[in-house]
Amino acid sequence: MPDTQLPTYTAKDFTTDQDVRWCPGCGDYAILTAVRKTLPKLTTRKEDYVFVSGIGCAARFPYYMETYGMHSIHGRAPAFATGIKLANPELDVWLVSGDGDLLSIGGNHTMHVMRRNVDINIILLNNQIYGLTKGQYSPTSEFGKKTKSTPVGSPDYPVNPLSWAIGGGCTFVARSIDIDVKHLEEVMLRAAAHRGTSFVEVYQDCNIYNHQVWFYASQKKTKPDSTILLKHETPMIFGAERNKGLQMNGTRLEVVQLGNGVTEDDLLVHDETDRGLAFLLSQLAHPEFPEPLGVIYASTEHDTYDRVVHEQVRQAIHTHGKGDLHALLHEGDTWVVEDE
Amino acid sequence: MTPDTSTAHGRIGTKSLGAVAIRFCGDSGDGMQLTGGQFTNASALFGNDIATFPDFPAEIRAPRGSTYGVSGFQVQFASTEIYTPGDAVNALVAMNPAGFKTNISDVEPGGIVIVNEDEFAKGNFRKCGYEDGYNPLEDDELNRRYQIFKVPMSRLTRESLADMGMGAKDIDRCRNMYALGIVYWLYDRRIETTVDFLNEYFGKQKNQPQIAEINVRALKAGYYFGETAELFPVRYHVAPAKLKAGKYRKISGNEATVLGFVTAAAKAGKKLFYASYPITPASEIIHGLARLKHYGVMTFQAEDEIGAVCAAIGAAFAGDFALCGTSGPGLALKAEAIGLAVMFELPLVVIDVQRAGPATGMPTKTEQADLLQAMFGRPSESPCVIVAPRSPSDCFDMAVEAFRLAVHCMCPVLFLSDGYLANGAEPWLLPDLDAIHPIEVNHPTETNNPEGPYLPYKRDPETLARPWVIPGTSGLEHRIGGLEKQDVTGNISYDPDNHEHMVRTRAAKVLKAAQIIPPLEVRGPDSGDVLLLGWGGTYGAITTAGDELRRRGHSVSTAHLRYINPFPSNLGDVLSRFNTIIIPELNLGQLRMLIRDRFLIDVIGINEVRGKMFQVDALVKKTLEIMTNRSASVCDRRLNSMP
Ligand code: SF4
Repeated sequence: MPDTQLPTYTAKDFTTDQDVRWCPGCGDYAILTAVRKTLPKLTTRKEDYVFVSGIGCAARFPYYMETYGMHSIHGRAPAFATGIKLANPELDVWLVSGDGDLLSIGGNHTMHVMRRNVDINIILLNNQIYGLTKGQYSPTSEFGKKTKSTPVGSPDYPVNPLSWAIGGGCTFVARSIDIDVKHLEEVMLRAAAHRGTSFVEVYQDCNIYNHQVWFYASQKKTKPDSTILLKHETPMIFGAERNKGLQMNGTRLEVVQLGNGVTEDDLLVHDETDRGLAFLLSQLAHPEFPEPLGVIYASTEHDTYDRVVHEQVRQAIHTHGKGDLHALLHEGDTWVVEDE
Repeated sequence: MTPDTSTAHGRIGTKSLGAVAIRFCGDSGDGMQLTGGQFTNASALFGNDIATFPDFPAEIRAPRGSTYGVSGFQVQFASTEIYTPGDAVNALVAMNPAGFKTNISDVEPGGIVIVNEDEFAKGNFRKCGYEDGYNPLEDDELNRRYQIFKVPMSRLTRESLADMGMGAKDIDRCRNMYALGIVYWLYDRRIETTVDFLNEYFGKQKNQPQIAEINVRALKAGYYFGETAELFPVRYHVAPAKLKAGKYRKISGNEATVLGFVTAAAKAGKKLFYASYPITPASEIIHGLARLKHYGVMTFQAEDEIGAVCAAIGAAFAGDFALCGTSGPGLALKAEAIGLAVMFELPLVVIDVQRAGPATGMPTKTEQADLLQAMFGRPSESPCVIVAPRSPSDCFDMAVEAFRLAVHCMCPVLFLSDGYLANGAEPWLLPDLDAIHPIEVNHPTETNNPEGPYLPYKRDPETLARPWVIPGTSGLEHRIGGLEKQDVTGNISYDPDNHEHMVRTRAAKVLKAAQIIPPLEVRGPDSGDVLLLGWGGTYGAITTAGDELRRRGHSVSTAHLRYINPFPSNLGDVLSRFNTIIIPELNLGQLRMLIRDRFLIDVIGINEVRGKMFQVDALVKKTLEIMTNRSASVCDRRLNSMP
């Protein structure tokens, strides 16, 4: 008989015997650690996790997790994850992949998994570059980015993953940074607890092809002034001196200095459930604005896709009874040919 | 007193016929599919063998009266076993000049043509491109060639429904039932099935009892018109066919496909997961399955073709019977993912209801030109099992076979149906469910390696299949992926010898499926001069042509492949017993290429790509031509080799 009590896991239980093959110093290591440390805090059995990925450096993730895993093809991970979750909604499905995989070749599937609100967790490791194919610009690379495929600068405007997710109907949208393992864990726990598609963008340093692109947001010296840590129902304060905040001015957000008559009470208070506000926050970009970290949007308004689909099946059985194959075959007009 | 030769009415005689092919044609808004379907039902219930061919335009609402908006439905009904909807049309019902224009050349000389005379007016002639001042009904040549019956159906329908208090539009929509009534009378059919249908469909389902009533009235009016107008010199009777005893229903290929896959899943005690993206002519499959949720069927309409196949593969990993359906263009989009399923070694079935291509081609027309795509259309060496149903009802049997093979081999299976099978219908002898073998599925829960980690690619030495362990199984956690893996452990491997071994193993595994594939059967003598070898939807045409050639005394047998990869193990032996192998295909010679390659024998093709099924007559003629040329060239060779 299976043991009904949940075993106590440690990060080691989620570590495979495979050598991790990322470049030394890659931001992916920290994220892997954070995930391995997060899972023991959840109530899911090890055998019920499935890690799914597409193609790219980040997509090697499942090989390093001692759970069920699927390393699929480029861009299609959300579709595989949807199939897995529909087939067995008891499974806890995690999707880990990169910006090229999820936002370029897989953009269509990413959008649709979000709008359907399939109950899975998506972790986007955003390094603004194609690592595995050796350094071409990605859909999140900045305009003018010089790479091997864009020697005179990229002519593409980048996609904003958070705005994309919010616009696409995702019900949980958050952001974190690779080297902040504690914050990563917090965000992952929230993502795991969310019923529906949760989407976490993680700023990930590719120290080979795009080193330091996130340093403004990740390094001790610059982080406080270039990011803002969001907390639900808490005023939006940031800055090394904790003396700056965000305010609404008409329909736009603006940065204000505290003091001179401006107090905390004048600042905008974060409301995770406000989709309009979430979109405004998602648009905040360095260097004009601090970039938001934490849970930007979380809504429980919509049912999950897998639950709705299974409920339809349950309802059908309730209404018609369990299908009788013989009756189905013999449905409609039939006739009998007698023996001679 | 002179003996009365008629069955019902003294004045008009009844003539018995063995088989009749009727075609109904008209505007796509004229309800021709429904009319033809009703005639088919009445004939099937009467006990005839039937075969149908619905032929509809790609445009949903083409301009009224245009030739490209013509919708047709052909049905052959017979007192003997038949395999095709018939070559030449014995009777044509044309509801407008466009239908007349596009279909008249298919009518046999002397054939019956019933037209709605009211529609044969100036404006409509122009719409379908007849020259100004020309009325085909007044064409002497045409009148000599065919028996044209002009019936003012629009006016008669209006007159017979004048007192019903309904609008002109509703009344005009009953013209098809008026026409059907005439044909029912002419061919001595019972109208009751259609009366019941109209009451059920309009009266109950659509809650429009008045619409039901006027349609029934029009149907009866048409029938009585036939009886009283004395327009037709004779009525026709086609006796019931002597089919195998048992219970029957009429079934189309797509309907049988739906039922077959539901049965396959039930025979394995599995949930059926069907993922697809709308595409002609496969969409009826998701329509059919979506209403069977209480049979343990889950349908997923994906965002695109690729999403559909990937979701299905995900479901297969999680333990469902995973199925997707598409047509040629969709199969191309799914290619990479199917290759991944080859690598994953998971069971997956992909239906390709082939249509005329390439690209969008002619979506509502049939073709068999995806065979090589199914065989080779993926990156690198990625063999799949291929099955091909041969008739509408055979889609049921082959669906069950498809999953049996997918599970047996732990690999993708392609199911090649086509537009002709999908929409065509025939009587189906309902199978005995208990006689269908259960599909054995095993999801191991114990490790196969007590000493170390579970070995996901440790194979069954008999079948070479790997175990199908599903997520949720404690202690057997493992990863699968698209990177080449070491056999047994499943770990990523770039070792050259291992890759060679894995490529060969995946190929060998598919070939080993021949162990559970039934031998190819030959119809006619099992050796002789000519073998007509076919596959898929051409079965009816080839079989009928073969029977006809034998009847005329030629040494011709036929055989039809339902399993194409691997081939049945006796195929080589069968081929060796005939002097000449002819392969008729609706492509430019795809099976022919496979057979030549595999058996190093000469094979002659009969190839057509007209978006239509072969005509039996044409097949007979071409076969005879080939036979004559062959014997001539043999003589030549003999003469040339004389000293
Ligand atoms: S190329 Fe960049 S993203 Fe890829 S493993 Fe190396 S450091 Fe990490």
